[in-house]
Parts: sequence; structure tokens; C-alpha cells
Amino acid sequence: MASVAVERPLAEDAPVKRARRRGLLLLAVLVLLWGFWEGFRALGIHYGWQRPFTVDATSMPHIHDMIWALFQRPNPEAPLLIVTLLKAAAFTGREAALGFAMGATGGFAIGALLAHSRMLQRGLLPYVVASQTIPILAIAPMVVIWLASVQVTPWVSVAVIAAYLTFFPVVIATIRGLQAADHRAVELMRSYAANRWTVLWKLRFPMALPFLFSALRISATASIVGAIIGEQPSSIAGGLGGAILNFAQYYSFQPQNLWATNIIAAALGIAFFLVVVAAEKLVVRRAPEHVA
Amino acid sequence: MSAVSIKNVSKEFKGGTKALEDIDLEIEQREFVSLIGPSGCGKSTLLRIVGDLIEPTSGGVTVNGKPARQARHDHDYGIVFQDPVLYDWRTVARNIALPLELAGWDRNRRSQRVDEMLDLVELRGFGEHHPWQLSGGMQQRVSIARALSFDPALLLMDEPFGALDEMTRERLNAELLRIWQASESTIVFVTHSIAEAVFLSTRVVVMSSRPGRVSKLIPIDLSQPRSAATREDPRFFELATEVREALHMGGGYDMPLAATGLSEGAT
Ligand SMILES: Nc1ncnc2c1ncn2[C@@H]1O[C@H](COP(=O)(O)OP(=O)(O)O)[C@@H](O)[C@H]1O
Ligand SMILES: [Mg+2]
Repeated sequence: MASVAVERPLAEDAPVKRARRRGLLLLAVLVLLWGFWEGFRALGIHYGWQRPFTVDATSMPHIHDMIWALFQRPNPEAPLLIVTLLKAAAFTGREAALGFAMGATGGFAIGALLAHSRMLQRGLLPYVVASQTIPILAIAPMVVIWLASVQVTPWVSVAVIAAYLTFFPVVIATIRGLQAADHRAVELMRSYAANRWTVLWKLRFPMALPFLFSALRISATASIVGAIIGEQPSSIAGGLGGAILNFAQYYSFQPQNLWATNIIAAALGIAFFLVVVAAEKLVVRRAPEHVA
Repeated sequence: MSAVSIKNVSKEFKGGTKALEDIDLEIEQREFVSLIGPSGCGKSTLLRIVGDLIEPTSGGVTVNGKPARQARHDHDYGIVFQDPVLYDWRTVARNIALPLELAGWDRNRRSQRVDEMLDLVELRGFGEHHPWQLSGGMQQRVSIARALSFDPALLLMDEPFGALDEMTRERLNAELLRIWQASESTIVFVTHSIAEAVFLSTRVVVMSSRPGRVSKLIPIDLSQPRSAATREDPRFFELATEVREALHMGGGYDMPLAATGLSEGAT
């Protein structure tokens, strides 16, 4: 029987080419952003813009000054800023990673429970939603106090706060994803007399994976925000949250230090995001129309 | 013992649609029975009742002498839908192995059987492909291989070739007959193509609609094995005409002749 030719990219150097193109694109975007920032700054200072904010050397330090600041000592006894910030990023990254893991697992468990029973969903989902309307700033001190009273290490409390900010998208995506299997696919399972667990693991879960990964991308970056915010009530000084608070106090003298910290925090967020994207590439094997 | 015994089956859906009324049908072992009728006459509904995918409002079905539910739990039948319904995160081989996995076959036995099935449906070499990399006809062959993989006594097929072009359909018709002859199985096949029903079947069940009933049973006495020549046999045209007339008698069959698959060569 004649077989249909299957299309696939044949050129061996295609991935290399693609990587190079992506690198160039990234570079172009960075250059563009740099040009925009510096251009806005120059025009603003030249014409004395007051709106949307007063443009001067404090509100908009030079980008090269921010980068330069990374390789300076904030004060003579301190190590290079970048060393301090990388240590802080590692610390915050650990909190965020644990929080992300807890939030993702917890979110999946809650979502699976709610997807399982319409009644539970009606009864409990409103509270899950309500939990997200309480500001993290109100929750964080309570979490710290409760967990400190049972001798939980402060950085783990911060992870719990990060988890609080990450689980919600996962809950929603899990509910949607586990119910996304089409009627025929479920009927096929029924024809094999498959039980609920088998249907869950062999059909509903794989079907839910693209939904889950969309949520995990959001959660990955949210976990960093949660960790940074959570460090404040936990009085943790060694993380990015501590660094931000510290440099914010000295902003009028050394604005570039806070901006440098922001750059490192953003880089950490991007790193988390990319890890999720890479995991998705490894795990999800779906028809092109199902992949985000 | 009949392969399928349908007694007094009626089905009314919620909302009041009377899909089937008083269906009685005995299907013997090794038969190849086609259900044909206008769209909406309850063919799929009847097939799904036989497979215990839905329950009849009244009446009963036995498969191999057992209640339909028992037969389903015993993996007595394999089913093929109009869409291949492949799980796209699984490779072709793992799709075919799915029912074997659920039945607890060990890995070696599974992979050996999958290889046999790939040969049977002439897809050797495509085991590691994913479904979306195959054409519609190839996907449907995978779905047939999956249904046959655990060697069920009964094969239920709901317009399996309905979405395919005429050439592919005729080729798969011939292939299906070869598979049926090589196996011990009974096939219940839903179609709305007269040519397909006559070519494949040992018996054609003509249904009429609103509510769905069996309006005529037509034994197909064309000699076995069937081939391309069968389609040009005068007896083939007589039988096709008989089926078409029965469909028109049943009423509601407003399908143009071209859609019956007889337009070429029927003149
Ligand atoms: N799940 C359902 N709920 C309500 N009505 C249905 C359902 N499935 C089928 N029907 C109705 O039952 C009738 C028979 O449908 P079906 O068995 O799919 O017909 P066929 O396969 O012969 O085209 C149709 O009128 C259809 O609308
Ligand atoms: Mg149908």
C-alpha cells in the first residue's frame, strides 16, 4: 500500500539557525528598549517634561549606569553589588521554587477534587476565588506568625506565601483541563470498562497538560513576586525583597542600585518561566493545534 | 449462541426524542451485518446500546449470551467510531496498545501484538509516529488495529469510513474483509453507503426513521471472498437496488443518488 509521505523538517542545522535567529531577535528587542529609554530620557530632560513624571537623572538613571552599578561596591566594605544580588537571587529563588512546587501540587490536587465532583465545585470554588481577592500583603504577616509559632523556618514561611500566589491559576486550569476530554475519547475508555482512576491518568490528565502548563507559566513568575513580597513580614534581609527595601531607602542618592536589583529580579522571573517552558517541551507531546 | 441478540429495544432520549422503537435483531457468530438507514434513524444509538455505552429505555441486549454490560466488562467487543479517536499524546504503537494496557498485558506481549497489528493494517514502520503525522485513512486503520488488538469476538463499527474519500474507502473495504476473513469475529457495521453495505455484508439491516425501526433484512448472497470484480457482478446491482428500494419504502430517505456511492458505474 502506498504510504503517505510524512512531513518533517529535514535540514540538520535548522535548530541552530532557529536559535541564532532567536538570539538576534532578543538582541534587537534589547537594543530597541535601550534606545527607547535613553531617547525618552534625553527628550524629557531637554524639554523639562513633568508628565507622566518628572524626567531627571533620579527618576531615569542611564541604563549603562545600572549595569555599571552591578560591578561596584555600594559601600567600601561591601562586596560587589552583583555578588550580593546573585546571592539574594539564589535565596529568593529557593523560596520561590519551593512555593511554586507547593502551589502547583496543591493547586492540582484542589483542581482535581473540584473537577471530580460538580457539587464540590459549586460549594468550594467561590472560596478559592475569594482567597485571591484578599491582598497578599494582608495574608503574609498572618502566615508568618502562624508558622513561626510552630517553629517553621522563616524562608519556608515565605515559600508558603509564594504558594498562595501560585496555586490559583493551577486550580482553574486543572478543572478546565480535566474536563476537556471529548465525549468520544471518554466513550472509548468506557468501552474498555476502564475505571475512574484509569480514565483520569490515561485520558484526562494527559489532556489537561497543555492547560496546566499555561497556568504554570503564570505561576512561575507569580511565585517570585510572592517570595519577594513575603520576605518583608518575615524580616528576611538576605533575599531580593530585602535588597529592594534597602536600596529603595537610598533611592535618591543611588537610584541605579534599585534598578540593578530590578534587573536581577526580572532575570530570575524569566529563568523560572523558561524552566517551565523547557519542561513543557519535554513532557507535552500533542498535535500542533493543542500546543500553546 | 447468537453473537448479538437485540430484543424489544426502545430508546427515548431525555427531551422526548424517540430514537428507536421495538428493535428485534439476532446476529449470528461470524456474520458481517450492516445497518443502513437515513441519517438520524438511530443507527449509532443502536450500536451504542449493543456496546453498553448507553442504556435502552426498555428491552435488552445480550452479546455472546451475556448481558451487554457483562460483555463490555469482559472486553468482548472492540469499537471503531467515525473519527479515529486516537490519543494524540500517544504514538501509533501506544494507541494500539491502549486496550492491552488496560487489560493488564505485560510489555513484551503488548509490543509483540502491536507489531502484528501494524502488519495487519499495513502500517509497519509507523509505530513511532504520532497520530497527527498520518493521513485520515491511516489514522482510521490505527483505530481498527486498536479495536482488533485484543482479539474481541465482536467488532462494532460506526461509519468508520464515512469521512474518507471514495478511493481510500474502497481500499479499506477490501482490507476490512480480508481482516474479517482472517479472524473469527462478528462485525456490526453502520454505514449510509448502499454500495459499501452490499459489498461488505452477509446481511443488510435497513432501518427507517422517526422512530427508528428495522424495516427490512436483506441477506447478501454474493460469493466469498469478495473482490473488485464483485462490484461489477450483476447480482451486486440487484441487491443494491433492493436495498435502495427498501430505504425509499421506509421513507425519509431523501439522499441524492450521488451520495449512495453508486453514481459511478451504476448506469
Ligand atoms: N445523546 C442524545 N441526546 C438526545 N438525542 C439524541 C442523542 N443522541 C442521538 N439523539 C437523537 O436520536 C436520533 C438518532 O440519532 P443517531 O443514533 O445518532 O442516528 P444515526 O446514527 O442513524 O444518524 C436523532 O434524532 C438524534 O438527534
Ligand atoms: Mg450516526
